[in-house]
Amino acid sequence: MELLVASAVGLLTAAGVYLILRRRTFPVILGLSLVTYAVNVFLFATGRLMVNAPPILNKYAEVAYTDPLPQALVLTAIVISFGMTAVVVMIALAAYLSAQDDRIDMLDDDAAKTGEDA
Amino acid sequence: MSLFLIAALPFLGAVFPALLIRAGRNASASAAGLTTFLAFAGLLLHAPAVFSGEVITARFDWLPGLGLNANFFLDGLGFLFATLILGIGLLIILYARFYLSREDPMGQFYTYLLLFQGAMVGIVLSDNILLLLIFWELTSLSSFLLIGYWKHLPEGRQGARMALTITGSGGLAMIGGMLILGHIAGSYDLSVILQNKDLIQASPLYLPALILILIGCFTKSAQFPFHFWLPHAMAAPTPVSAYLHSATMVKAGLFLMARMWPVLAGTPEWFYIVATTGLVTMALGAVIALFKDDLKGLLAFSTVSHLGLITMLLGFGTKLAAVIAVFHIINHATFKAALFMSAGIVDHEAHTRDIKRLGGLRHLMPVTFTIALVAALSMAGIPPFNGFLSKEMMLEETVHTVWAGSHYFVPGLALIAALFSAAYSFRFIVHVFFGPKRDDYPGHPHDPGAGLWLAPAALITLVILIGLFSAKLAGPLVAVAAGAVIGGGELPYYSLKLWHGFTPALYMSIVAVAGGALLLAAHGPVMRAWNAAPRPEAKVIFDAVMEALARLAKGITDGLHNGAITRYGAIMVAFTLALGWYAYESGTTGPATRALQAIEPIPALGWLSLVLATLMIVARHRNRLLALILVGVVGLVVSMSFNYLSAPDLALTQLSVEVVTIVLMLLALNFMPKETPVETPALTRLRDGAIAVVAGIGSGGLIYALMMRDFAAPPISEFHLANSYKGGGGTNVVNVILVDFRGFDTFGEIIVLGIAAMVIYALTEAVLGSRVRAYLLNRKPDLPQAGDAHPMMMVVATRVMMPLALMIAAYIFFRGHNLPGGGFIAGLIAAIAVIMQYMASGFSWTSERQRFYYHGIIGSGVLIAAATGIGAWFNDLPFLTSAFGYLHWPPLNEFEWATAALFDLGVFLAVVGAVLLALESLSRFAWQPGISSEHAMDINPARDDEPKKENEV
Repeated sequence: MELLVASAVGLLTAAGVYLILRRRTFPVILGLSLVTYAVNVFLFATGRLMVNAPPILNKYAEVAYTDPLPQALVLTAIVISFGMTAVVVMIALAAYLSAQDDRIDMLDDDAAKTGEDA
Repeated sequence: MSLFLIAALPFLGAVFPALLIRAGRNASASAAGLTTFLAFAGLLLHAPAVFSGEVITARFDWLPGLGLNANFFLDGLGFLFATLILGIGLLIILYARFYLSREDPMGQFYTYLLLFQGAMVGIVLSDNILLLLIFWELTSLSSFLLIGYWKHLPEGRQGARMALTITGSGGLAMIGGMLILGHIAGSYDLSVILQNKDLIQASPLYLPALILILIGCFTKSAQFPFHFWLPHAMAAPTPVSAYLHSATMVKAGLFLMARMWPVLAGTPEWFYIVATTGLVTMALGAVIALFKDDLKGLLAFSTVSHLGLITMLLGFGTKLAAVIAVFHIINHATFKAALFMSAGIVDHEAHTRDIKRLGGLRHLMPVTFTIALVAALSMAGIPPFNGFLSKEMMLEETVHTVWAGSHYFVPGLALIAALFSAAYSFRFIVHVFFGPKRDDYPGHPHDPGAGLWLAPAALITLVILIGLFSAKLAGPLVAVAAGAVIGGGELPYYSLKLWHGFTPALYMSIVAVAGGALLLAAHGPVMRAWNAAPRPEAKVIFDAVMEALARLAKGITDGLHNGAITRYGAIMVAFTLALGWYAYESGTTGPATRALQAIEPIPALGWLSLVLATLMIVARHRNRLLALILVGVVGLVVSMSFNYLSAPDLALTQLSVEVVTIVLMLLALNFMPKETPVETPALTRLRDGAIAVVAGIGSGGLIYALMMRDFAAPPISEFHLANSYKGGGGTNVVNVILVDFRGFDTFGEIIVLGIAAMVIYALTEAVLGSRVRAYLLNRKPDLPQAGDAHPMMMVVATRVMMPLALMIAAYIFFRGHNLPGGGFIAGLIAAIAVIMQYMASGFSWTSERQRFYYHGIIGSGVLIAAATGIGAWFNDLPFLTSAFGYLHWPPLNEFEWATAALFDLGVFLAVVGAVLLALESLSRFAWQPGISSEHAMDINPARDDEPKKENEV
């Protein structure tokens, strides 16, 4: 089980990083999503893996519980990453619509232009 | 009144002038005046205690681990300065009310002034040097705002920038010096540091600490060679100059030197650095002041000179010199503020402050003339005014000071300074007020209303009274303040009186006054000689240095940031990997202590689909729609694995976030190219692939190693598990952590989410307000559109599902405290219920039926969460402490209530608002004329062409 989770984290990270290093906004956003999955699962797994031990207290029996803290952290992380994705998507869209170009690298002449404006 | 309150009042009151300006300028000024008055009154209540030698303290541990305590103390020195700051502050507020014109934003002015005042009071009351540093920086910032108050004047902006650069970099040096000092003394509390003179002076770090602290003081108090910012700061409105640049801010450096005097003074290093700097500044400032034609320029350099005088006295390191320094601080503040105000009156009425264009004003402005005359004579050192007393004592002290074996160096330079000081003081009077009346003033000079002259008149009353009755009036204050400067022990013998007999100082005074008068008589030729002589222009040098620095910074930045974001990304990942590799190589890893768990077939199947989907995304990512769908597959598998691995809350959250994220990306993709072109060379792709694979191996390996080992320390979640039900009243530990144990985190989190949604909204507004709008309106879809935009089946289905979905959201919300669910998940489900309406029935139809703005929903969510948290305060508990109990209403079952549920309601609302605002903003891009129809479906199910109002929610 640990092998599956660890390899999934590794694969998602690798795929995410590769996509982040592309030159267009959309693959970069997808890459960010994949890295987000990887990071969330990573954080979650720091609580170690347990099957059938949700951290819902059982009043009637002594049972084992998995670590609830990483879960709470990851829960907010998931929601916040939605916020982040939404902002990034919005920026990408606004940039594409304004410039009719979705490259993330600033070309030399672009850089010179904004430099003078600033 | 507590010292906390005295220090906090100006900050608290700073809000009101800006708000009340709508009610008029008098309301704004009164608010500022009342705030200052309250603080001043609170300070004066402590006067009896201070004069009897007590030290009043107020202590509060803020960050004790860092040694940062919000400790305040009030001794004689602090009392003297606080009196100056608040007392003169009151006069300035009165003066500024009548000085500023209708066009000036007065509310802003008073707000800045109060901020500055609070920072100054903070400096002089701080008993912790870290706290003091914070206030110190605040004075630099608030004075920047004040100097640059007239934003339309380039001189104002440049002067403000220069002042901020000089005093700000001095502040940086001082931070270093203070940290060293605290390190030597082992405490950042001033009261402790001041007890450790021997320890500090014996330390090898004494000299670096001294130099760094002195750089801070010298820059702030405009000492040579940092003096040049002060004259340029004169572009500020005159009330600011009178306040900051005569009475308060420039004295902050002096205050600190006086404050640190018991531990830093008395060494040769102190004497040669401080006394020499002060002496040179005093002489140089006095000489330059004589040749300034601008009234405020003259006063600025004279201030530089007087600050030098006080610095020199502190530098002497003798107790008597310290007493005189304290006395001169009082005297200088009174006559110089009055002089600045009268210069301001002249400027206000004659519309110029160029001395060459003035003259003869004594007939036109008798009141102003009287005020200026008294103040200037005091500055020149003429009896019986207060300036004479301290100047005489200063001259006497210089006579006894030996500088590097020379008996004449210090008194000689001091005499020159006194002589020029008399000359420029006379010039201020003679060239402005005497002489024939002119007929070419730019304005129509006449005495202003009492509002303008009352404040300086109050000050010159003090000038005269202190001069005549010095021992009675100023004596006690000088004694307690000087006692605080020398750090306990007996005060030396001194007497504050006009006549000391025929002393060397008297002869020096006579020479100075006579010489000053002669120099003024010969002013014309001397001025010509001065103007002909070459001399360095500080502003030119400063600008050149700044430009060189900016060029250097730009060179470095442009070299590193060439705009290729992919390159930054690659460098960042590679560097992180290198760090990880270094940590792995240099650290040790224990053996695995946990056994691998068996792999069940269904998880294996999920893993397989995740792997396939991920590989396919990488291989086929150029087809964006396909890649997006595959990302959805990955998200589903991740949700399922959360569920399998005992995290039902996470599974629910991930699942619902997945839905909104994919909808959001589909919306965005609608406007973007559907394909990614091939543009990177194969070699680059290979490089990126290599980096990515190594990153994957690193993170996968790390988590694998972690999972195979037990916790290094018992996890804190044991506490959460044990107390969730007892303390938080809920059995779902994850939810209790979110809304209770770590409620503050969650509170921050929903605020962040709200801000993200606002950013999206703002970006949408910005984009739709630009020329992009025209493009969007005329845009032709690049994919074939559905013939039926709002299919009836879908519309009906979503409307039927809407109440069901909301009910499930409510169910999930209410059970959240005990079973998987809670505000986050319920919020997402409710948002999805609404999104379904947007998708099926269209944007226009849904927007028309939207009753509450999403901004308001976000705001109410944050407010409800905050109110729940604040509620705990009323029970004397810390923010967000929860309470719960059980209710039993027969015949219902017993059920539980918890304030945490109210907090969760805030979370719920914030999530609903944020998600919907984000998606709604994005969908507004698709709006085109003619897209909206009367009915969502082209066939109206009600078969009624009138718009429905009630039953179509």
